[in-house]
Amino acid sequence: MTYHDVKATRRDILASVSAAGLTLSFAIAPKAGAQEAVQTPLNAYVRVAPNGIVTIVAKNPEVGQGVKTMLPMLIAEELDVEWSNVRVEQAGNDPKTFGRQFAGGSMATPIHWDELRRVGAVARSMLIQAAALAWNCPPGDCVTTPGNVVNKTSGKSRTYGSLALACATITPPDPKSLTLKDPKSYRIIGKATPQYDVAKIVTGQPLFGIDQRRPGMLYASIIKAPVFGAKVASADLAAAKAVKGVKTAFVIEGDPNGLFPQGMIGQGLLPSVAVVADSWWAAKKGRDKLNVKWAEHPTSSQSSKGYAAQARTLAAGKGQRSARNDGDVDAALAGAAKTVEANYFYPFLSHANLEPQNCTAEFKDGKLEVWAPTQNPEPGRQLCARTLGMKPEDITVNMVRGGGGFGRRLANDYMVEAAWISREVGAPVKLVWTREDDMQHDHYRPAGFHHFRGGVDAAGNIVALHDHFVTFGTATAAVSSAGMPGSEFPAQFIPNLRYEISAIPLGIPTGPLRAPGSNALAFVFQSFIDELAHAAKADPLAFQIKLLGDKPVVGNAPAAYGAARMVGVLKAVGEMSGWANRGNLPKGEGMGVACYLSHLGYFAEVAHVAVAPDGAIKVKKVWVAADVGRQIINPHGALNQVQGSVLDGLSEALHQQITIDAGRVEQNNFTDYQLMRISEAPAVEVKFVITDFSPTGLGEPALPPAIPALTNAIFAATGKRIRSLPIQTDMLKA
Amino acid sequence: MAYTLNVNGKALSADVDGDTPLLWTLRDTLGIVGPKYGCGVAACGACTVHVDGAPMRSCQIPTESVGKAKITTIEAMSTHAVGKKVQAAWMELDVAQCGYCQPGQIMSATALLAKTPKPTDAQIDEAMNGNICRCATYTRIRAAIKRASGQKEA
Repeated sequence: MTYHDVKATRRDILASVSAAGLTLSFAIAPKAGAQEAVQTPLNAYVRVAPNGIVTIVAKNPEVGQGVKTMLPMLIAEELDVEWSNVRVEQAGNDPKTFGRQFAGGSMATPIHWDELRRVGAVARSMLIQAAALAWNCPPGDCVTTPGNVVNKTSGKSRTYGSLALACATITPPDPKSLTLKDPKSYRIIGKATPQYDVAKIVTGQPLFGIDQRRPGMLYASIIKAPVFGAKVASADLAAAKAVKGVKTAFVIEGDPNGLFPQGMIGQGLLPSVAVVADSWWAAKKGRDKLNVKWAEHPTSSQSSKGYAAQARTLAAGKGQRSARNDGDVDAALAGAAKTVEANYFYPFLSHANLEPQNCTAEFKDGKLEVWAPTQNPEPGRQLCARTLGMKPEDITVNMVRGGGGFGRRLANDYMVEAAWISREVGAPVKLVWTREDDMQHDHYRPAGFHHFRGGVDAAGNIVALHDHFVTFGTATAAVSSAGMPGSEFPAQFIPNLRYEISAIPLGIPTGPLRAPGSNALAFVFQSFIDELAHAAKADPLAFQIKLLGDKPVVGNAPAAYGAARMVGVLKAVGEMSGWANRGNLPKGEGMGVACYLSHLGYFAEVAHVAVAPDGAIKVKKVWVAADVGRQIINPHGALNQVQGSVLDGLSEALHQQITIDAGRVEQNNFTDYQLMRISEAPAVEVKFVITDFSPTGLGEPALPPAIPALTNAIFAATGKRIRSLPIQTDMLKA
Repeated sequence: MAYTLNVNGKALSADVDGDTPLLWTLRDTLGIVGPKYGCGVAACGACTVHVDGAPMRSCQIPTESVGKAKITTIEAMSTHAVGKKVQAAWMELDVAQCGYCQPGQIMSATALLAKTPKPTDAQIDEAMNGNICRCATYTRIRAAIKRASGQKEA
């Protein structure tokens, strides 16, 4: 199989499978490589070749979070095979077989921990039954060793490869009826396992969306209005077409159904001009000749400065709606021993996937096939169907590795653009956005403004907290990823607490960025709690533990907060970091602590920083204590996700902001939107605190507390409180 | 016009406009897709190749200016004395997350070690600062360079 032919082979092999993917399929029509030519499917996920090589299907999109390795590990463990005999195959988009296939919310572990181990156990049970039939013995007489069924009494042994075909007559058992392995006997789960594709990555193999190629393929570049949704007034199509290599250039009016109201704009086809050529560089040269004039658009009256002014006005008044109102905040503040009032701000952020948005599409004979580095394939298929007026069943979405996800590729705008262009030109097309396209047409992490008031009593307890959150949207609904739940910590832990919300209308698309909501709210709340700790003259870490109290769980699902779990990680990070000895740090250095629950994971982090007299910040080290339950499935991947998330958070806090002027994004590229580089990256020491809870995910929850740990450390080092991101080092000058 | 380029030890012909960046000639015309497009302005390092052994951003090199220079890409690192050690270290430590930047990282690291077999942390920072890893695998990149150079990984 060459990279020119990236069709999922699974489709050709499995004739029929149930919704749970566990019904036996009898079809054997492999077209995969020679070595494992005859593969017998045991279920939708598992195929066994006569030589014992087992192919396991990875159901979800891989964008660097490691699921292509981790999910098959769950199946392989219970199937009982050697990992070295496993071949992993990326699934196509097929929700009927696999259920929802997406990369988001750090959900792959909690959703699949039980389910996929049972997929492996069912296949193992069938192999045992097939052996028992052959030996005419009760299945209970049989056990497995990796890749073999063994008869305990006779000592006879059969390989899985020799039994697979006989499984055709076996009815799969009810997955729930099976007893799973004792974790003490795990041979794969819990073992540090390199990414399945590691060899292909380090040798530069064509794994990514941008590497796809189809016979007769053309290349496309697309230009959209700097003001989101503005229509094309004019474009010099002839000038573009005159460029050598350019095949055609045309205007796309935008979504024909007008499905995308303000706030959702950018989710689908926007007004744009496409240039198609025999190479991408020619397409880009053509695009540069277009001289597009854009129609006026009301969003051009919006700007970051304007948002800030509106936020000040709104924050001074009563909130447009109440998200929570416990006790009597005003009376409690009036009676507090100390009160603190503070305004916080965080900016819009871009996802900045290193692989720009791209998609390869082939529209042929009324059918569409796409190869997309998407985190969310089925909604992409539905979007293409709606926009192109096609039936979803005439559209095939192949998931290809994404060069970073971070939530950006949950949207499928690049997919529908490629599909539209391919249909327009009647040829396979690879659409690649420029970096500038990517940065200026993101679905941004929304900015936000918080006006806090808080009070502590003489014993150092928080007695009142009030947040007026000015976000974006309408009085009744925030735009994507701009909301705040009434249960936001420290709600439920403080008797007098009020959350009010007001909103500014927004013409800029927003969307989830790694740890959405949490990546902003952790900064403001954990910073303000640190302010209250200092106002109470308390040790900030002890103050957090005291706030969490002595009940193991506070509140009810879905707002249940495992206070004891958070206390556990706070204590652990205190020990790891030598928190108690921080008084010995030299002048200009400090440690800060923060904790946060998101995506079911409990994280406490301590940052150690040094701030130079000129304000330059050096993060010397970060310690992380994490509680994601009883089992780390792949320690290699887990550590990488946590370290990467922490550095990602520091990178946001130190450098990143998207600003709006006249309705358009001002930043263009990595020159004015800086990402952390290696010289800034501190060591990140991680400890997983094992507790008896079901395992949860690691793509996101380490990020949110990294930011307030840093800013609280800067306060400890300098006495200066960071209330606005990104951090302005000017204000830290001695 | 047609240019004959020396890529990974082979003479390859590419019929492109002379101003086409080497990156796109490699990727679209020659089908060598290990070098990646990240920024187009030499700010991210994803497109790094060796030009006569020196790490260069191929998005900034017009094809017409390549001449007889020897271009080496990630695809040839398995047979490069230093490159294969770097790749091995990258695999052993499972450096990558998404992996998109890693060909560029490996090209920069290989060029560093070819010149400076036992780099200090400061030398690593200097040589690698032009390569962004959006997933921030920097801890492992540093460790892998140390391992490939036979130094303690700290």
